Amino acid sequence: MTDQTPAIELKGISKAFGPVQANKDISIRVMPGTIHGIIGENGAGKSTLMSILYGFYRADAGEIWVDGRRTEIPDSQAAIRAGIGMVFQHFKLVQNFSVLENVVLGAEDGAMLRPSLAKARRELKDLAAEYELNIDPDARIEDIGVGMQQRVEILKALYRQADILILDEPTGVLTPAEADHLFRILKGLRDQGKTIILITHKLREIMEITDTVSVMRRGEMTATVQTAETSPPELAELMVGRKVLLQVEKVPPKPGKTVLEVENLRVVDSKGVERLRKIGFEIRAGEILGIAGVAGNGQSELLEVLGGYRRAEGTVRLNGKPLELAGRHANGRARRAAGVAHVPEDRHHEGLILDFSAWENVAFGYHDRPEFNKGLFMDNAAIKADAAAKMERFDVRPPHPHLAAKNFSGGNQQKIVVAREIERNPDLLLIGQPTRGVDIGAIEFIHEQIVALRDMGKAVLLVSVELDEIMSLSDRIAVMFDGKIMGERLPAETDERELGLLMAGITDTDKPHSEAEIEANLARRHASADKEA
Amino acid sequence: MQRMPQWADVILIPLISLILAAVLSALVILAIGENPWAALKLMVEGSLGSTYAWGYTLYYATNFIFTGLAVAVAIHARLFNIGGEGQAMLGGLGVALIALFIPWPHWTLALLGGAVGAALFGAAWAFIPAWLQAKRGSHVVITTIMFNFIAAALLNYLLIGALKPQGSMEPATGRFPEATHLPTFQDMFSTAETALFRGAPVNVSFFVALIACVAVWALIWRTRLGYEIRAYGQSEGAAKYAGISPVKIIVVTMLISGGLAGMMAINNVMGEAERLVLNAVEGAGFIGIAVALMGRSHPFGVLLAALLFGFLYQGGAELALWTSIPRELIVVIQALVILFTGALDNMVRMPLEGLFLRLRRAPKPDRKTSPAE
Repeated sequence: MTDQTPAIELKGISKAFGPVQANKDISIRVMPGTIHGIIGENGAGKSTLMSILYGFYRADAGEIWVDGRRTEIPDSQAAIRAGIGMVFQHFKLVQNFSVLENVVLGAEDGAMLRPSLAKARRELKDLAAEYELNIDPDARIEDIGVGMQQRVEILKALYRQADILILDEPTGVLTPAEADHLFRILKGLRDQGKTIILITHKLREIMEITDTVSVMRRGEMTATVQTAETSPPELAELMVGRKVLLQVEKVPPKPGKTVLEVENLRVVDSKGVERLRKIGFEIRAGEILGIAGVAGNGQSELLEVLGGYRRAEGTVRLNGKPLELAGRHANGRARRAAGVAHVPEDRHHEGLILDFSAWENVAFGYHDRPEFNKGLFMDNAAIKADAAAKMERFDVRPPHPHLAAKNFSGGNQQKIVVAREIERNPDLLLIGQPTRGVDIGAIEFIHEQIVALRDMGKAVLLVSVELDEIMSLSDRIAVMFDGKIMGERLPAETDERELGLLMAGITDTDKPHSEAEIEANLARRHASADKEA
Repeated sequence: MQRMPQWADVILIPLISLILAAVLSALVILAIGENPWAALKLMVEGSLGSTYAWGYTLYYATNFIFTGLAVAVAIHARLFNIGGEGQAMLGGLGVALIALFIPWPHWTLALLGGAVGAALFGAAWAFIPAWLQAKRGSHVVITTIMFNFIAAALLNYLLIGALKPQGSMEPATGRFPEATHLPTFQDMFSTAETALFRGAPVNVSFFVALIACVAVWALIWRTRLGYEIRAYGQSEGAAKYAGISPVKIIVVTMLISGGLAGMMAINNVMGEAERLVLNAVEGAGFIGIAVALMGRSHPFGVLLAALLFGFLYQGGAELALWTSIPRELIVVIQALVILFTGALDNMVRMPLEGLFLRLRRAPKPDRKTSPAE
């Protein structure tokens, strides 16, 4: 390292939430004009650390130094004064305000709005020219795409004279093309002397864009290395504390008979918006069909329809027998009886009941099975024994069936859901975002279980917004955009660029496409969805 | 990780809330120039000091157990049934019809019939709000409270009309036949030498209330229906995912809740008044809300809270009788208890949780967490 003054230096930061030590004696030096990645699993303490830096939490111990000066940051106003800007994972924008109004909001000069807006308009123009942050200042937030909204957040920070920009998992909601654009913006900012802290759990992003990377594990900073001198496996090992297989090992598929047939499936939601536009596909036994796409393009609705709790029109056949899509038997219970297991996308609101104990959750959805009931009463002893066995087989930690589900980490919660669904030996497994908010060690395990189920000759429908996951697990990939399937590809015969175009709704993937074209397409889709709503 | 051991949640918080309410009440009593210590002694004496006093305390407690359980069951499905008052009124109507128009050979059968009638009428009164909630999304809080007024009007209409005996000047039904007389504690526990519970209204329904506590506990934590009710109450999304029908859960839970509220009538109408009078419920339906909140919606907690409110009711009546503390102040004291134990729960909880966290931060072996029930 150089003997420059660090833009940010944290010294011995500790923070505990009750018995949980979220940050333990963390020291880090972020050099000016660099992109500094902070990587770690969920719950490693990244967000807590950044919240301390941005004034949301106060550290129990430790010092914050900004540009060589010791700085107290009791609240976010102080952080802004110190030149720190933050772009949150969930944008904090007023939907029906214009870009300009959102940028000015909270940073107005004086009581009159007009001069502030005029000044902001001039500054936005300069910023746009400087950093490739082109954006129409008069567009309403609700009319622009997610990638644009993120740029508004960055503009907000820059407008507030931020020299240090913190981005928390910025690519979670972006298509690959949008992510590339974001990275170009960040590099531009760095070259202009800004300092950027990028929080992520994606190794690829770290490798692609950062100069330096710090790894966190269980509240501690385990290493800070130059990105050029490290590798993904090494980072993964630092994150998890042991060697991890980043690539799923699997044998070629042996597809059997058709298990699931979907034809002309159409869903119109309560607002009258068509969420699925007559889609069709099939999955065979011993095959994983991956559905790629940016969140909100109909994947969730597809899972809900197949899981039995959303009404639809069309035809769905399981093992040749039609499933009811509306009516009395269109429910989760009937689906389970027919041999469909479902690991839902949202384990906090669907897959688990957080206040129930683990053992109650392991029976959830199957609680009416004869083996769990004795006459009028539930056989709690049998359920507990079953839960304990499943939790052991899936290595759920801690292995206490009596603990409430909310007290497990994300990965272990997901293991509880996956154990419950897979151990039923279903013909078809629906699995949505299997590793969202799940730590790397558990990802490896869950992926193995999915592949093992497929190798047993079961059909798997995998929905994920993580393109890496889709690419490595799927035997076939279907890409959804705006309620339609844009195309099917074999993983070996496609790449991220092509899938990214399909995800943006562009089907003639052989031709070169400009970024502007992709963005225009996404914005059109965004606007039309809103209009229908 | 749980923030506090369970005993603190179940016992310590209500106890501290209670003490705070008592301190504030003492200040109020002091302010009007009475001696709070003497007042407390009088309350204890008047509600717990003799079998007669106990007889009243337990009588009130019986009412509160039923209405408390009614609210508690609904809370497990995240339904706030504040229509216990109206459901209990209708329960009274059910009991009256069954006692007046069916010739019962023995009180045991009459009790059974009365309980069924009370539960059916109470449940029926809860059915319409339940259906509106399940099918139309009309909020059950609004509809149940509206139904309280409709119930009051309906009973008014019946008691000055169809149900009033010819020639009577009073808005009440005629006296129930002798065969429907439920044994009071006086009948049951007095020996030839000593009369216990003399003249007190507590009767065999108290035991029905205890059975109801056990039954509700078994329902909520041991049956499939209870599991589904709790699942729906905790997470509607998860319930839908699992194939649990929200319509079914809402309707069935409200029927059970209304039935329990209605069953209060076997105590106040069949057991005590032995006829149906106007305003027989006397606010017990609303007290049930406080009882359920204080009892953490657990049947055992409801039982304890119902006893406490029985004590406050009876003690308060004694206080009004023997001191210059006006009746209204008794209501203030009861309101303070409700305020502190129900509404201001977090005021005590937050600092206490903080305290436990600080205590635990000192390194100690991991305490086993106990199950959620």
